[in-house]
Amino acid sequence: MAKIKLSHLRHSYVTDPSTDEDWALKRLDLEWDDGGAYALLGPSGCGKTTLLNIISGLLVPTEGSILFDDEDVSHLPPEQRHIAQVFQFPVVYDTMTVFDNLAFPLRNRKIAEDVVRTRVEEVADMIDLTDRLDRRASGLTADGKQKISLGRGLVRTDVNAVLFDEPLTVIDPHLKFQLRSKLKELHQRIALTMIYVTHDQTEALTFADKVVVMNMGEVVQIGTPVELFENPQHTFVGHFIGSPGMNVLPCRFSRGMASIDGTKIPVANKVKGDLKDAEIGIRPEFVSFAAKGLDAKVVKVSDTGRFSIVEAECAAGKVKLLVGEGDDIPSENAKLSFDAANTRIYTDGWLAGSDRA
Amino acid sequence: MDKTANHKAWFFVLPVLMLVAFNAIIPLMTVVNYSVQETFGDNNFFWAGVLWFEEVLRSERFHASLGRQLFFTFSILAIEVPLGVAIALAMPRKGIWVSVCLVLMAMPLLIPWNVVGAIWNIFALPNIGLLGQMLNGLGIDYNFTRQPGDAWFTLITMDVWHWTSLVVLLAYAGLASIPEAYYQAAKIDGASSWAIFRYIQLPKMKRVLTIAVLLRFMDSFNIYTEPFVLTGGGPGNSTTLLSIDLVKVALGQFDLGPAAAMSLIYFLVILLLSWVFYTLMMRGEEQ
Repeated sequence: MAKIKLSHLRHSYVTDPSTDEDWALKRLDLEWDDGGAYALLGPSGCGKTTLLNIISGLLVPTEGSILFDDEDVSHLPPEQRHIAQVFQFPVVYDTMTVFDNLAFPLRNRKIAEDVVRTRVEEVADMIDLTDRLDRRASGLTADGKQKISLGRGLVRTDVNAVLFDEPLTVIDPHLKFQLRSKLKELHQRIALTMIYVTHDQTEALTFADKVVVMNMGEVVQIGTPVELFENPQHTFVGHFIGSPGMNVLPCRFSRGMASIDGTKIPVANKVKGDLKDAEIGIRPEFVSFAAKGLDAKVVKVSDTGRFSIVEAECAAGKVKLLVGEGDDIPSENAKLSFDAANTRIYTDGWLAGSDRA
Repeated sequence: MDKTANHKAWFFVLPVLMLVAFNAIIPLMTVVNYSVQETFGDNNFFWAGVLWFEEVLRSERFHASLGRQLFFTFSILAIEVPLGVAIALAMPRKGIWVSVCLVLMAMPLLIPWNVVGAIWNIFALPNIGLLGQMLNGLGIDYNFTRQPGDAWFTLITMDVWHWTSLVVLLAYAGLASIPEAYYQAAKIDGASSWAIFRYIQLPKMKRVLTIAVLLRFMDSFNIYTEPFVLTGGGPGNSTTLLSIDLVKVALGQFDLGPAAAMSLIYFLVILLLSWVFYTLMMRGEEQ
């Protein structure tokens, strides 16, 4: 078990990176506490798998270093890093039984056969495979195979962290929830550092204590699920997390005041002076119809059951808002009101007034 | 629900039936026909029953050719399969060298069989051939036209040169289909390169290798052109394989009955051995 620290990490798949786009990872400084459950969340191609492979040692970073408990492991091969990794597609050794699959990492490390047996039985019990130990691994279903992949990581006693690379991709929807709860339960039981890569916000938010949101090779925000929802540091986070995502509306910002089409909009983050490329970010949950406010016209209503998602067109563009069941939706002369405590001003994508902006 | 009976359907499969009949069933039946009859020319046939089969099965000449044939086939399998897998493992997985290697590998397969025989015949001639002269120059007494051992050596080397590529290409296709994650997982599990070969690469190549072994088995068991051009079955009868012997019986001596019986036995041996190979290699595959 160890604390994992990434410092000044950059990685590029091209040999001579010159432009910004050549870098798959643009510059990363991150610390993962021992025993934490982390999720790496971001759209496809944002660099999350690259980052994971760098931690496990399958890739050597172009620049920067990886420290496990202050020991530099940047150039150690995967088998010496004591990392377990579960891949997107289940990897099992087809010709072996489930037992032999689970024993494989231990046998490769020349561990005595009686120790192997007790360890394998322990792990099989954790992942509910005890009754299938003598079966051929190739005959199992996708979720069984994925459990084997996980088991091969857990069976080793020296593991620093378990890395998951979108492990539920090939699992049936109704089993996804089960397997995720199993992971969560295992994490509580054995308190291993777990890093879980996904592009699915539900998976990330339900699994992790802390979510690292990535976009275009950069970390955009690190926080608990609640922080990410309530206080997005970047419009990307606001948009990516939440369903529907945050409304982002271009606005004017001068002398500390935001306005859209002449209507003043009070915001939560106080910034002085003028801002260029200013945008207002507000979640649909905090927009409502009111007697006075921003002029808008309702263009679309989608009923989801407990509430309706209403799309309204205002001077700055489309705004989505949630309207409770049975509440009126004005057909003409609608006015929108933004909850000031949850309205934020962003500049260049970043939260205005934060250190990144 | 009742099945709808529509006899028009037969009409649509008729062309295929005709084709199969003309190129497989009818010729085979002619052979069956010859195998149970005796002829003294002038198209007079007499019923002979299983006489020819008994004769062939008891014939020492047949036993000898069958033995040579088995020796040849198992020798080339024992060399070509491991060698082909080894070459496939050593080939690059990406970059421009992939196509270079693949083209080089495919080359021997593109050469007409009798040309292969001719190339090796000239290449190995002891007085003028590059290989023959070189071996003799090194002090090795090598003459494939006179010494049975040398003839066998040349014959097997020629087949390895000609056909190992097929195993390489099939094995390479099998290797290329293994997802990167398997190698990554194996690295993390601390597997040695032997363990990677034994538990990942070999199992994933199993199907293509089965095909490779079956193809090489059937092809080498039927081989005619190359040994015919290279040694003509000699010196003496030392490299007379089954097919060469069969042609001698059928067209050299015009013994249609024994030749037909021999053909059928030959065919059954290939069928039986192919089945044995397939069963052995596919064992444990069904779950």
